[in-house]
Amino acid sequence: MLSQEFMRNALLAGTFVALACGVVGWFVVLRGQVFAGDALSHVAFPGALAAAAAGVDERIGLFVATVAVGAAIGALGRGALARGSAGSSAADDTAIGTAFTFILGLGVFFMARVSMSSAGSSGVLGAHTLFGSIFGLTAGEARLAAAIALGATALTLAIARPLLFASVAPEVAAARGVPTRLLGIGFVALLGVVAAEATQAVGALLLLGLLAAPAAAAHRLVRRPFAAIALAGALAVAAMWGGLVLAYAIPSLPPSTAVVAVAVAIYGACTTLA
Amino acid sequence: MPADAAHPTLTWDVAHDVSQLLEYHFMLNALLAGSVVAVMAGLVGWAMVLRREAFAGHTLSMMAFPGASAAALAGVPAALGYFLFCAAGAAALGALSSARRISWSDQSAGIGAVQALALAAGFLFVSLYGGVLGDLENLLFGSLLGVSDGQVLLLVTVAAATIAALAALGRPLLFASVDADVAAARGVPVRALSLAFLLLLGLAVAATSQITGVLLVFALLVAPAAGAQALTARPLASLALTVALGLLVVWLGLGIAYFSVYPAGFFVATVAFATYLLCRLLAQGRRLLRRRGRAQGEGEDAPAQRAGVIA
Repeated sequence: MLSQEFMRNALLAGTFVALACGVVGWFVVLRGQVFAGDALSHVAFPGALAAAAAGVDERIGLFVATVAVGAAIGALGRGALARGSAGSSAADDTAIGTAFTFILGLGVFFMARVSMSSAGSSGVLGAHTLFGSIFGLTAGEARLAAAIALGATALTLAIARPLLFASVAPEVAAARGVPTRLLGIGFVALLGVVAAEATQAVGALLLLGLLAAPAAAAHRLVRRPFAAIALAGALAVAAMWGGLVLAYAIPSLPPSTAVVAVAVAIYGACTTLA
Repeated sequence: MPADAAHPTLTWDVAHDVSQLLEYHFMLNALLAGSVVAVMAGLVGWAMVLRREAFAGHTLSMMAFPGASAAALAGVPAALGYFLFCAAGAAALGALSSARRISWSDQSAGIGAVQALALAAGFLFVSLYGGVLGDLENLLFGSLLGVSDGQVLLLVTVAAATIAALAALGRPLLFASVDADVAAARGVPVRALSLAFLLLLGLAVAATSQITGVLLVFALLVAPAAGAQALTARPLASLALTVALGLLVVWLGLGIAYFSVYPAGFFVATVAFATYLLCRLLAQGRRLLRRRGRAQGEGEDAPAQRAGVIA
């Protein structure tokens, strides 16, 4: 299996993307921002199509769209970030839902534009962006994806302590001089980077499986923060490996489906255990 | 057939534009189906926004994707797949939320897992089916302009049933949504209501997604309700406003789409978002005005009160 080049590339990129998803996802679940993560992952799709319509590399569109929307959600979503209670972040969800539907609508518009300029390629690009194409990565793309994912993980771990403080007790943290607002915006922007990166692996629509499921399982199993973060990363990587092997063994099974299915199975097993 | 009908052009003569719009049967069907769906989605979405279940609603709308692709794979009518999967999703979310009193973030993580699994299954079905990508686009982004007579009939039936059920649940549902603990103490079956509402939401979403596509359901489900609730807190007034805004979104969106080469879903989503923003702006402006009015009122009252004290 490892003698195939596409498989080696998929494993290289997949491992680090899953690690980043697991680590960032733990904070996403802690901060009750799963819906924001979901919206960000969907936004990757119009981003890629807009880039295609403008004739630039689709990855640039992915990153610009997710990071910009991430920063916007961070800046606008005062409720969840400042107060941290369930009710206020649920109220933000309405705004998030309305805004990202509009952005998806823009995606339809760009899809029509692309199909008008270059016949036939939009459907393939659309499907790749929505559902990922990890077996189609070249060696260079895989190395770049791994490097960016590793950077995002390192950055998250670097701000882990103040972020944890700001997430669990925002008022106390703010009183202690922790820049909670800046941290909140920075974190959602970081989530945008991870979303853009993971979109290439599992696709804009399936990203939530890697982001939420392993992290939620870790939240159920372990209370100590850093042990739980490590577990979330490990579970996400395990889901990625399991999914890739499954998809390799069963040719008709798409890799993104296999990865998400394994991740959700792990979550299900952990919730029944805990 | 008149020559300009194939390439409709917008003129300043509104009556002419409207008659041009209504010239074709497919356009009539689209407007009819869109109106029915807008009313139903508006009413159900209103309760959803009130209950703060936007994420659950989004996940249920995603359920329609595996539903439709599974139906295509099995060779049964797509509508059957839509409704079966949405109902199953509603049951799964209901089980998730009533399993234990878990925290809000844990619950939303669970909802996210359900959604990812549903989409993954949908992608599997599409690729097993052979992946006709044009169908995939229609599934995800809807085909507002390809609605058949049979679909309109089905939509009217489903909408009537949904609205009737919502009306029957109305008062206890409102009570349970606004204050679940007090309602439970008063003997309102909060859990059963929550499950029943999720099922209704699934039904509404399944019907809506056949028109707007899986990804754009929210344009009709959330935007009008959120806009109306931003403007007024009185239940009946905001319900009526929701329905009016929903109809406006569908009519404007379809009308613009008819005169344009771009897909209808884009215009419906854009008009919905613009309506929502406008409502938020209006609410904000009114709040500012009221604050200024109060400040002025205090400024005028204060000397008078002081004079009263002195007198």
